[in-house]
Amino acid sequence: MIHAAVSMSALGLGLGLLLGLAARRFHVETPPIVDEIDGILPGTNCGACGYPGCRGLAEAMAEGSAPVTACPPGGRDVALQLAAIVVPDADPETALSGMAEAEPTVAFIFEDHCTGCMKCFKRCPTDAIIGANKQIHTVVVDACIGCDACIEVCPTEAIVKRVKPTTLRGWYWTKPQSAFDADSRENAA
Amino acid sequence: MSLPSFAALFRPSQLFTIRGGVHPETRKSLSSESAIEDMPLPSLIRVPLQQHIGAEAEPLVQRDDLVLKGQLIGKARGPVSANIHAPTSGRVIAVGHFTAPHPSGLPVPTITIRPDGEDRWGPRLARLRPEDAPPEEIAAKVAEAGIVGMGGATFPAAVKLNLRAKFDLHTLIINGAECEPYLTCDDRLMRERAEELADGIGIMARALGVQRVIVAIESNKPQAIEAMQRHNRALGFTLRVKVVPTQYPMGSEKHLVKILTGKETPARALTAELGVVVHNAATAYAVHLAVRYGEPLISRVVTVSGRGVRRPANIRALIGTPVADLLAHCGGLAEEPERLLLGGPMMGQPIQNRRVPIVKGTNGVLALTAGETRERDVMPCIRCGLCVQVCPVGLTPFELNARIQADDLQGAAKVGLLDCIACGCCSYTCPSNISLVQTIHFAKGKLAEEESRKHKQEETRRLAAARKAREEAAAEAKRQAMARRKAEMEAKKKREAEAAAQAQTAAPEAEPVQHGDATP
Amino acid sequence: MTAPLIVSGPHTHRVFTVSRTMLAVIGALTPATVFGLYQFGWPAIFLFLVTVLSAWAFEIACLWVAGRPVASFARDGSALLSGWLVAMTLPPYAPWWVGVLGAGIAIVIGKHLFGGLGQNLFNPAMVARAMLLVALPVQMTTWVAPVGLMNGPDFWQGLAITFSGAQDFDAVSSASTLSLVKSQLDAGASMAQIMPDLADLRDRLIGLVPGSLGETSTILLLLGGLALISMRIITPVIPLSVLGTIAALSGLCWLIAPDRFAPPVLHLTAGSTMLCAFFIATDYVTSPVTAMGKMIYGIAIGALIFVIRTWGSFPEGVAFAVLLMNACTPLIETYVRPRVFGRTRTGKPLPIKTTKPRGGAR
Repeated sequence: MIHAAVSMSALGLGLGLLLGLAARRFHVETPPIVDEIDGILPGTNCGACGYPGCRGLAEAMAEGSAPVTACPPGGRDVALQLAAIVVPDADPETALSGMAEAEPTVAFIFEDHCTGCMKCFKRCPTDAIIGANKQIHTVVVDACIGCDACIEVCPTEAIVKRVKPTTLRGWYWTKPQSAFDADSRENAA
Repeated sequence: MSLPSFAALFRPSQLFTIRGGVHPETRKSLSSESAIEDMPLPSLIRVPLQQHIGAEAEPLVQRDDLVLKGQLIGKARGPVSANIHAPTSGRVIAVGHFTAPHPSGLPVPTITIRPDGEDRWGPRLARLRPEDAPPEEIAAKVAEAGIVGMGGATFPAAVKLNLRAKFDLHTLIINGAECEPYLTCDDRLMRERAEELADGIGIMARALGVQRVIVAIESNKPQAIEAMQRHNRALGFTLRVKVVPTQYPMGSEKHLVKILTGKETPARALTAELGVVVHNAATAYAVHLAVRYGEPLISRVVTVSGRGVRRPANIRALIGTPVADLLAHCGGLAEEPERLLLGGPMMGQPIQNRRVPIVKGTNGVLALTAGETRERDVMPCIRCGLCVQVCPVGLTPFELNARIQADDLQGAAKVGLLDCIACGCCSYTCPSNISLVQTIHFAKGKLAEEESRKHKQEETRRLAAARKAREEAAAEAKRQAMARRKAEMEAKKKREAEAAAQAQTAAPEAEPVQHGDATP
Repeated sequence: MTAPLIVSGPHTHRVFTVSRTMLAVIGALTPATVFGLYQFGWPAIFLFLVTVLSAWAFEIACLWVAGRPVASFARDGSALLSGWLVAMTLPPYAPWWVGVLGAGIAIVIGKHLFGGLGQNLFNPAMVARAMLLVALPVQMTTWVAPVGLMNGPDFWQGLAITFSGAQDFDAVSSASTLSLVKSQLDAGASMAQIMPDLADLRDRLIGLVPGSLGETSTILLLLGGLALISMRIITPVIPLSVLGTIAALSGLCWLIAPDRFAPPVLHLTAGSTMLCAFFIATDYVTSPVTAMGKMIYGIAIGALIFVIRTWGSFPEGVAFAVLLMNACTPLIETYVRPRVFGRTRTGKPLPIKTTKPRGGAR
């Protein structure tokens, strides 16, 4: 009995040691992923994440101090791509927990309040604001990424964020939910 | 697996078969015997600037402008777009947005006209003698008249007439199948205006430069077949009237080509690849009016039908007539309909707002009762395979549905999601009443959205890079300017110093003068 | 004014629903069932009722446990059909608990453990039959000769046979056609010696032979199946391929060695061949959906039935053949797909050959 226990323990210990040594011996340096992350981020340096530019966020994310969901303008698509690099082993859905499939937003300028100061024009990372000095500015909806940069600089608070309006072309049918699924969920709840 | 059907052995003409399809109750008798009637002018006309596939037209009028009938009010923008004309004379009371005749009910740019009641024609389009006009001019005339495919797809007709430039065309097929249940507008048009229609077909055949013209009519329209057979000559072309079996979706372009020629259009390609162009019968009539009389497309025949309508009828209505006015003209609604549709019951679009206008592609306004829609509770799929049997494209809709419900859109795309023509045969036949078509619509839309988002991501990166480059260039220019300025300043200082030193050594007495020179 | 519902088309539907389909199948089964019940008398009637009703009860219980809407699902007729099919495959004098057990296995294990209607991999009735056959070899192979309702046990005797396992009624116990053939062949007799002991063809067609409760009448099952085909509820592909394969294989063997193999007519008219070909193998949920897939499935079932009957240890192989092929259905589905319009079988767009683009505008 004791014999068996001892031999098993010795075997376990020996094999464990072997595994440990092998881990040391064959240790693979993880490649730097900062560049990879930087390549996926929009590269607009809009500052919506709170880090100094996209590069700053990429470094923070590589260290693990920023979540993969830190880039609001990138949205879910970018977060999913980032999750595949930063936490490749985790289920992408759990990595993205808390990040609902947010509707894309765009900036909207209230023309009554706009003074044509050009501040937002200069700040916009994608050149989505058009206008000239002393003239009311407008947002090009297709180019706007909804990053808030213009909202922060506007001296008259004339810019707000709005849900991107659905166009006839972009509209599509909603996914039908089968009646019995809904029922069963209700019953289960 | 499409074995030739048993019935094919007894079919007299040399037709080919297509796979699948369904035979819904046609219910065409509701309106097929009422002749096309004109409708009195509505009190308000709303003309959407987007009535066609492609870019929306650019408005040419402003509020309070007076317009004449046939006047160009929206100009085509881009290669795939169509002109929009004022359907009657009156005053423009708004150029803005109004609910689209579309299930989404989203706003669409719309010109609202209050008719003055006089229906005064403005200058018509220059007429053309198609017998000796070059094909390009015919196509240009069709484009000028703003004619789009009137079977519902609303693809600009002129673009299709210009395919001659790219493909070797030999056959024009006129689609008079009208396979959607209830609809009788093409049937009536062929019966009552066969001669004009034949002329329009001849004009199109000339524009396309084809040798063969086939008019395909479903077997359930004997009078239309007879009328078209009577008027089977136009502009030197002989129109071959072919009777196709009554089977939905016979009117699908590629399937019609298959059944008439036996050739199958490759996926994601045009029928023009086979040398065949398909046009709708109503489009031919519009072409006739445009070329012979210079009338742009400002009205169309609409079938108003369904058991919810008191007096089903075929009406020649102006584009922009509100649906409510059409219904009122047909005696109003007999009961609250279960579904109000634009188009046929298989592929038509449900609408909520009855004030939306009819557009160039609206071939029917249907008010269906519960007994007609047979909407039931959804049950689980029992894998009966009926959807697979009836799918004219050869897809497995139940599998697509399962994949999409499990959010596996890529997997669905792999098994043919994008080949679906949304004909609705699968949902029609499903004993569990599963909304297969809507699921497929959703998946297609979602995929397109993902695609455009990806595109936008790239676009954003490009914009950001461009901005960065510009900023860097600006900073570089600034730095250079600074450096140059600095260099200039230094050079100047140096010169001054040298000059001063020289002055001191050479002519100390002249110093005050020189000093004055040095400070401008 | 209530706004009309905004859902995508089509906005009209066919009349057929799940429950109507199930009812149509039940309707097609009814003549053969009624005939069987009449032939085997009161015990069969009781057994049948117990089986069908318990199937329904199990269905309701399962739906309730799974938290599904009981009202709409219990009325879809699928449990009724499963119970009905289980009952049709039972020996007519089997005790009541065999019926309840069969219904329970079919509904609980065969259907609801997989997720309920439409989700099951195996045909519930055949799961029940196979399990009962293996677990209760005695009860499941005790056959009686059909004597008719009037000549058989009366109402009270029937009750006693079904519910208390009474053996006092002197039923003429006899072997079914297939088990007789099997045992005699195994004993070394030749077909020529066996044939005179068997019921003649007319009796087998009409159903005047011992056998399972609803399987005996070949002709009525055939008519029911043809009715289903004419109603377009099933396609003729599976029945034809099952029957054709059995006939072809048995015919071939019979021609080679007429003494050692049963003739094809016997295979087609004995056992549950007809029930299987028209009602079991054609089960929507567990069979492939494409015509080509159906053909493969039907041919394999026919071949398996013949192989199991001829060389297996059971005289009848329908249940095992169907279950084996049920397991292969997902595989068939994956590899046998219809060709998509405008594409080749491999999914590439068809080559453009008739006319070539001229290239560039004029």
